[in-house]
This record gives sequence, C-alpha cells and structure tokens, in this order.
Amino acid sequence: MKLKSNIAISENGFMFDPYTGDSYNLNSTGVEIIKHLKAGKTNEEILAELKRKYDADDLILEQNLYDFITMLSHYELLDNE
Amino acid sequence: MKKLKYEKPIINKIKAGVPDKYGMQPKIVVKSEIDGIPVKEIVEKYGSPVFVISEKTLRDTFQQANRAFQSRYPKVQFAWSYKTNYLDAVCRLYHEEGSWAEVVSGFEYDKALSNGVPGNKIIFNGPDKTDEDLKKAIENGSFIHIDHFDELYSLIRISQNSKEKAKVAIRVNMDTGIYPKWDRFGFNYENGEAWKAINRIMLAENLELVGLHTHIGTYMMTATAYAVAASKLAELAVRTNKKFKHTIKYIDMGGGFASKNTLKGAYLPGKDTCPTFDDYAEAITSAIINSEIAPDQLPTLFLETGRALIDDAGYLIGSVLANKRLSNARRAKILDIGVNILFTSFWYEHEVYPAEETSQQTEDTTLYGPLCMNIDIIRESIQFPALKKGDLVVIPRIGAYNMTQWMQFITYRPNVVLIDQNKKMHLIRKQENLKVFKEQEVIPDFLLNKTPLKD
Ligand SMILES: Cc1ncc(COP(=O)(O)O)c(C=O)c1O
Repeated sequence: MKLKSNIAISENGFMFDPYTGDSYNLNSTGVEIIKHLKAGKTNEEILAELKRKYDADDLILEQNLYDFITMLSHYELLDNE
Repeated sequence: MKKLKYEKPIINKIKAGVPDKYGMQPKIVVKSEIDGIPVKEIVEKYGSPVFVISEKTLRDTFQQANRAFQSRYPKVQFAWSYKTNYLDAVCRLYHEEGSWAEVVSGFEYDKALSNGVPGNKIIFNGPDKTDEDLKKAIENGSFIHIDHFDELYSLIRISQNSKEKAKVAIRVNMDTGIYPKWDRFGFNYENGEAWKAINRIMLAENLELVGLHTHIGTYMMTATAYAVAASKLAELAVRTNKKFKHTIKYIDMGGGFASKNTLKGAYLPGKDTCPTFDDYAEAITSAIINSEIAPDQLPTLFLETGRALIDDAGYLIGSVLANKRLSNARRAKILDIGVNILFTSFWYEHEVYPAEETSQQTEDTTLYGPLCMNIDIIRESIQFPALKKGDLVVIPRIGAYNMTQWMQFITYRPNVVLIDQNKKMHLIRKQENLKVFKEQEVIPDFLLNKTPLKD
C-alpha cells in the first residue's frame, strides 16, 4: 500500500492532497504513520515499529492501524496498483 | 527503553465552507460520576445498562419550578404527571415535595392510591376511564377531568346513583398560536363546544364544576402560548360566574414545559433555547391576574409539569459493545442501549458522554443500539472520541417518559437506581428476569410435556 505521491503533511498534522484539493487533520500517531508510508514502509513494518514504540496491546495497535489505512483508502489517498 | 503512551491514529477531513462553530473542536466532556458516585462503581454494582435517578436534582428542580410560581401567584398546586415516570420511589419523592398525583388510567390511579395519595388529591385525566374508574373516582372525591361528551353523559348517568357529587372539570383545547393544534383531547374553545359542556354540567344535579383544564402540547418552546391559553380559561371562568353565579375553584394549565434536551433537527442546543420556569410562570400568572376574574375569586393554579421536572434527574449508563466501520468508512459504535429503553431518542439528539478521560481527538460517529434492527439508532451523527469495547458512556437528561414507555425486547429491562441526597444508592426497580416473563405466559395443555426436538 503506497501513499499517493505529492501529498504534503506538516509536523502539526495538517495534510493536503493536491489532486483533489482536500485537506485533513491528523493527530500525532496519524502523522507518524503517514511518514512511514511516505518512506515506503509496508504495513507489517509499520506495525512492528508501533509495537516497539508504544505501550499498548499488540492487537489494539493492529486493529487501529488497519482501521486508519481503511480511512486513507476511503479518502483516496492511496495508490491502488 | 520505556515505551510511550499510545493514542489511536486519527484522520479527519476538513470540510471547506463549514467552519466549526467554536473555531476549534469543543473540549470533550467527561461524565465520570453522578452525584459524587463513580459511574464505574454504579455499573460494578448494578450492571450495564442501568438507569440512575438523582434525588438531589429531582428535588432541586421541583423547588425551582415551585418557587417560580409561588413567588408570582397566591395559590399554586403541582400534580405529578404519573405517565412521565411512575416508578413508585419517584412518585413518592414528588408527593413528599407536596405534589398531588395526575393520572390518566385506572392503573395509574391505583398506583397513586398505593403510594398513599388521598383520593381527593388525585386529578384524573384522559379519554380512557371505565365506568368502574369513574365510580371509584367519585367515591374518593377525586377531580375528574372530562375529555368528551360520551364521558360527560356517562358521568351524569353514574352520578345519579351516587351519594357524593362528582367533582369535575373539563379539558379544553384551543388555538394558542402554535402548530400543530392539539384538538383531539377535550372540548374546543373557539367553536363553542367547551361552553356547551360547561352549560350541560351546570344543569346536572350531581356534578360540581370545580375547575377548567388544558394541556396545550408538550415541549412548548414559547411561553406566550401559555398566556393565550390561560386567558381563554379565565374568560370561561368569568362567563360561568356571570351566567350561573358559580365560582371556578381552579385553573389547571397541564404540562408541556420544554426540558433542556435538544430536539432533532434543532439548530441550537435546547439548553440555550428553552424558556425558564420563570418565563412560563410569568406568562401564566400574569394572564390570570390580569383577566377579569375578581381578585377575591382567584382560582388555584394547578400544574401537571412532567418532562421539565424529571428529565435532568435521570441518567442512562451503558457500555460500548463494538466499534465498526460502515461500508462508507464512517465510524460507528454499538452500545448496549437500544431505542427500546431510550424511547426519547426518536425525538431528541441526546447528549452522550464518555465516563472516563479519553483522547481529545474525535470522529464523526454513529451510535447504534444492540437490537439488530435498522431503526435502532441512538445518535445519527456525533463528534465522539475513540472508546474501546467495554468503555462506559453516560446519557444525561433522560428521566422523562423512558422508564414508562420502554419496551421489553430481546432482553430484560435493566435496573433503576436512586442516588439519595446522602450519596447512597438504592435499587428502585429490579432488572427483569426469565421468571417475570414466564409468569405472564400460559402454555396450552396440548403443548405441555412435549419435547418434539429431543433426539
Ligand atoms: C394531561 C397531561 N398533563 C400533563 C402531561 C405532562 O406533560 P409534559 O411532560 O410535557 O410536562 C401530559 C403529557 O402528555 C398530559 O397529557
């Protein structure tokens, strides 16, 4: 799953999609995941990273990550190859 | 390495042209306790969902309403509208505060008697009174509010054979400038029906016309409608006095004051728009005082206020059963609170609060009940934080009508708990169980003792 190129995101969570003109608000965990996606990481790699970093149940991290990716797909922010 | 505190990732689309009312997200309100008792503790003891009534809020609200009227008018009497919430403990609190009982059926009438209300402090309203009900009400000296001519003639017939005179009033409906007009209850003012009914009662030997009653609607968002209604009843009282030299002892303005809930489709929250008790009291009392009724004949003012008195004292606590994404990616939560126990969710955009601190991030969320039915929606759309399965939520302002109109469906109606003024919890209605339902059912003989599906 890859983020569409050209999508701009700021440190405080403002994201802009130049293809549609839509903008978004993200919290810090959201920003972090977007950065990982931009860096080309796979979902599994991102999940491993979150598990390493956060004090939270592994299954909750997994469920939340896939839920977040679903939202990105819904907003058409992902490249569907 | 120490791990960091986690917050669920969230992305929200910024809607152009729809600036947030406050310029930023409103702070999430957390309701972690009720009258000083932690919500968690209530659920640990009484399960989820659970209804909670606050004695303190109930009494405070009553006293506020009572003061608004007593300070403007010499003779005021509230009568608790049983249908709004007829749990015995609730009714007894109102009776302790001095409220009479206002009932609309034989069942409610008997419930009021069983709560120790003397018959001569019961107001009997509604279109559905049996002959037996009427006889009992006459014997007990209750105030019978006549709804239609059939009832009037029944009463004339029944009262002919009774020792006591029946104390009666008529319910009057009228144009008060609000829409829709409630003209299906009582006798119409404008077309002369109400005056006709009064004339017939005055001719009946065993009926004593003691009062005039109206109930102009429910959740009335304007106090002026009450001023119009009070003037019209006062006019009937004056006309009766002129023609028959008979003094009307009371004017009953019914219920209908708005509670602070927000109606569906309303643009502003009910808290900001609904009139205060003082507004209603000012409209009603000045209309009566400024009428042509002589000052030494001012009638007692009866009020049958329901929802505005009890709504704020009631809470419903529930928990999150599951989180879902709908096919359009919308966030949805399933609660263990269905529309069958929160009937008022058909009228109101109920506030829903988490019971514990959450992240300040919210998502546009739909809150569903557990009923496996499409209509089972508690909130179509609410900015709500991420809660996990098992997390608790609190819905405030639900004291009116839910604990009487609730329906049993697929599971049992839950416990109802009263928190008294010393922060003590009392179970005032037990959760139902299988036995309760089995007791009402009868299996015909030919189906008994058969076990067709046994191997
Ligand atoms: C005759 C009568 N009185 C009082 C009430 C209480 O009304 P509310 O809860 O709107 O104050 C009702 C409610 O329908 C009613 O029918």
